[in-house]
Amino acid sequence: MEALIALAVGVLTACSVYLVLRPRTFSVVLGLTLMTYAVNLFLFVSGRLTLHGPPLIIEGIEVHTDPLPQALVLTAIVISFGMTAFLVVLALKGYADLGNDHVDGESREREDRK
Amino acid sequence: MLLAVLSGFLLAAVAPWLVPRLGAHAGRVLALLPVGLFLWFASLLPAVGGGETLLWEYAWVPGLDVQLGFLVDGLSLLFALLISGIGALVTLYAGSYLAGHRDLARFFVWLLAFMASMLGLVLSDGLIALFVFWELTSITSFLLIGFAHEDKTARQAALQGLFVTVGGGLALLAGFVLLALAAGGWSLSAVLDAGDAVREHAHYAVIAWLIFLGAFTKSAQVPFHFWLPNAMAAPTPVSAYLHSATMVKAGVYLLARFQPALGGTDLWVFTLTLVGAATLFTGALLALRSSGMKRMLAYSTVMALGTLTLLAGIGGETAAIAFVAFLLAHSLYKGALFLIAGVIDHETGCREVPEMGGFGRAMPVSFAVAVLAALSAAGVMPLFGFIAKELLFESALGLAAWQPVVLTLTLAGLVGGVAVAAVVGLRPWIGRPVTTPREPHEAPLDLLAGPALLALLGLLFGLLPGLAERGLLAAAAGAVHGQAVTPNLALWHGLNLPLAMSALTLVAGLLVAWRWDGIRKMLVGLGFVERFGAERGYDAGMLGLVRVAAWQTRLLQNGHLRYYILTTLSATALLLVYALVTRHAVIPPWSSSGVRLYEVVIGAVVLMAALVAVTTRSRLGAVASLGAAGFGVALIYVLFSAPDVGITQVLIETLTVLMLVLVLFRLPSFLGLTPGRIKLRDASISLTIGGLMSWLLLDAVAAHHQGSISRYFVENAVPAGHGQNIVNVILVDFRALDTLGEIVVLGLAAIGVYAMIKLRAEDRRRRGKEEPR
Repeated sequence: MEALIALAVGVLTACSVYLVLRPRTFSVVLGLTLMTYAVNLFLFVSGRLTLHGPPLIIEGIEVHTDPLPQALVLTAIVISFGMTAFLVVLALKGYADLGNDHVDGESREREDRK
Repeated sequence: MLLAVLSGFLLAAVAPWLVPRLGAHAGRVLALLPVGLFLWFASLLPAVGGGETLLWEYAWVPGLDVQLGFLVDGLSLLFALLISGIGALVTLYAGSYLAGHRDLARFFVWLLAFMASMLGLVLSDGLIALFVFWELTSITSFLLIGFAHEDKTARQAALQGLFVTVGGGLALLAGFVLLALAAGGWSLSAVLDAGDAVREHAHYAVIAWLIFLGAFTKSAQVPFHFWLPNAMAAPTPVSAYLHSATMVKAGVYLLARFQPALGGTDLWVFTLTLVGAATLFTGALLALRSSGMKRMLAYSTVMALGTLTLLAGIGGETAAIAFVAFLLAHSLYKGALFLIAGVIDHETGCREVPEMGGFGRAMPVSFAVAVLAALSAAGVMPLFGFIAKELLFESALGLAAWQPVVLTLTLAGLVGGVAVAAVVGLRPWIGRPVTTPREPHEAPLDLLAGPALLALLGLLFGLLPGLAERGLLAAAAGAVHGQAVTPNLALWHGLNLPLAMSALTLVAGLLVAWRWDGIRKMLVGLGFVERFGAERGYDAGMLGLVRVAAWQTRLLQNGHLRYYILTTLSATALLLVYALVTRHAVIPPWSSSGVRLYEVVIGAVVLMAALVAVTTRSRLGAVASLGAAGFGVALIYVLFSAPDVGITQVLIETLTVLMLVLVLFRLPSFLGLTPGRIKLRDASISLTIGGLMSWLLLDAVAAHHQGSISRYFVENAVPAGHGQNIVNVILVDFRALDTLGEIVVLGLAAIGVYAMIKLRAEDRRRRGKEEPR
């Protein structure tokens, strides 16, 4: 299963990097969101995969998985949501003010078209 | 001792407040400090003259066992006396020379700070403290050269001096670090004690060259000699003080200081004698080629510094005595001549020697002082300069290797030196009076006291050499040589080769001086000096630096966001490959904890969703597949014992998708902008990074699990945190501060979002109001 998740992380990362390198703000936002999935999953798996061992101290659970990566990932998910929200509004604002959704602005867009 | 070094800085700090209140007396009052320092250093003479080495130590950083040490032996005391003595005279002189200047207070701040730095430099025992003071002198010198900061040449000269000396300072720092490692200690005392170990160290050549670089740049040796004459843009008192008597001697101080530890090897003798002799000759040649009085004197200072380097290189008892004698003689006569050049400028308005003449009648005292100093500079009996010159010849004759070359260069250089002395000592004063910008008149006492005293001391030490020798020069030469020496300074050594050489240079020099106008024209005609000179090299270097900076800025800071990301990612990928390859030669085994069908299904969903998000041309499709990928990831969390993380992911995912769908239609639709070539490039980089992430993850999972701090959290969740959900306890209890940070970040993002939406709404309202008009 680790290999499968490693593959998933790899594909998620590759897709996200490709999206981040696109010239349109919307793609960049999508790419960054995808990248947070990849990174969070990476963090989570590096703490080992455990079946049936939630980090809860209650009757009937003997094995506890490593709680630390979970705490890290939990924080990361919330923060990345904040970042996505900010980026989305920034992209909107940029488009509204500049009339253009190119990451480097209008002049760069013209350069790209050449 | 600490007070003695720091008092200059303290006085500099209050000078801006003090100087306007003292008015015309500022120079006289401020000179009291260097006078006091001079007297205090003089009170150390009996002990040091008796061969003692005094050491003061203060705890600097006691926790790291770093000491601030000050060492006083003959050499440092000689320098300290010169710095404080000439410092007092120059401060007095400057008070009158720059009287009424609107930046007078600023000038004194820098001058005093410079004096204190220089004292620190020659008295420091610790290598690091020495280096700090070394750089402080470079910086104060920069400020003083650029004193007339509204003048472009002054700014350029200041910058040039700074670049050259600070560049050398960097080399010096590296040299000091290696030296300290080789000697096993960070103090001069330790280095001087570990001479054999240093000379036999594997890095000896590197150490020596780095220290040479520091010393050569500071002391204006060929090929770094060009900054010194340009530094003459500074006010004359500064030129007299920094660029003849003190700062430029820091380099030769360093060479003399390390001579007992580093000297005597072939590398040392060969490099220093050749560079010294070449500098001596170049300085003399360029001095005769110049016409400005200060510039001539500056080049003759270059010449003197070459002489001192030569003497530091030769080594041995005679050379050590010659070194200290020449150092003292030069400081006295060159200080005097520079101050006289300032007097001429101040009282007549003339700077170019060919335009001067006949000032002797109006300024008899200045004339007498100038002649006295020039006689010492030319090395005429019975002045102290004569004794120094005799010793120089004696040392050069004792040289084993390269003697003919060194001797020829030295003789030729000294002929030029005599000529320069004769020109500046006689030319302005005799002959028919010329018309000058200002009517020549005798200078006030404040301006004359300094040069007169220095010139008279040159005469006094010449007539009674024992006076300087017994107390000071013997001890100083001992410090340079590394063991006690018994100098026997005398005017008359009998009829011998040095005397003959001295007479030869004198006659030849006078001939050159007589025919100077013609010779100068001929030398000026030699254009190659300008075309291939070292200054050209400096200019080309600076130009190259600017070009490289512009080129790499265009390359790296090109304004394309994507290229920044591309550069960062490529660099990260390279580093990652390097780390992975050097750690493991092979790809780690595919560790598998068994695969169940539903796991494969989830994995496939995530993979497919990610690929669709990239390839689809529909925005809604992209957002939907993003959501699918997110929910797939959430399922993985839930499956592998992370219910909290899974729940959070589901919640956040829902919000994200909703948000994206809401803004979806406010942005323009996709346009096929990117050419296929670029898409291919981006895709290959993405695949590389993705592959590396997979590899890294497998590597991380395969690695042995080190003992983690997680055990602590598991064990203490209930007893210390009173919570059964360990992740929650970590977040709100054990690492609550981190969670607070997270909340702050979220809050900031929220404020940002709110502000942007609010601004947008206001914009629209304003636009709406304007439209009807």
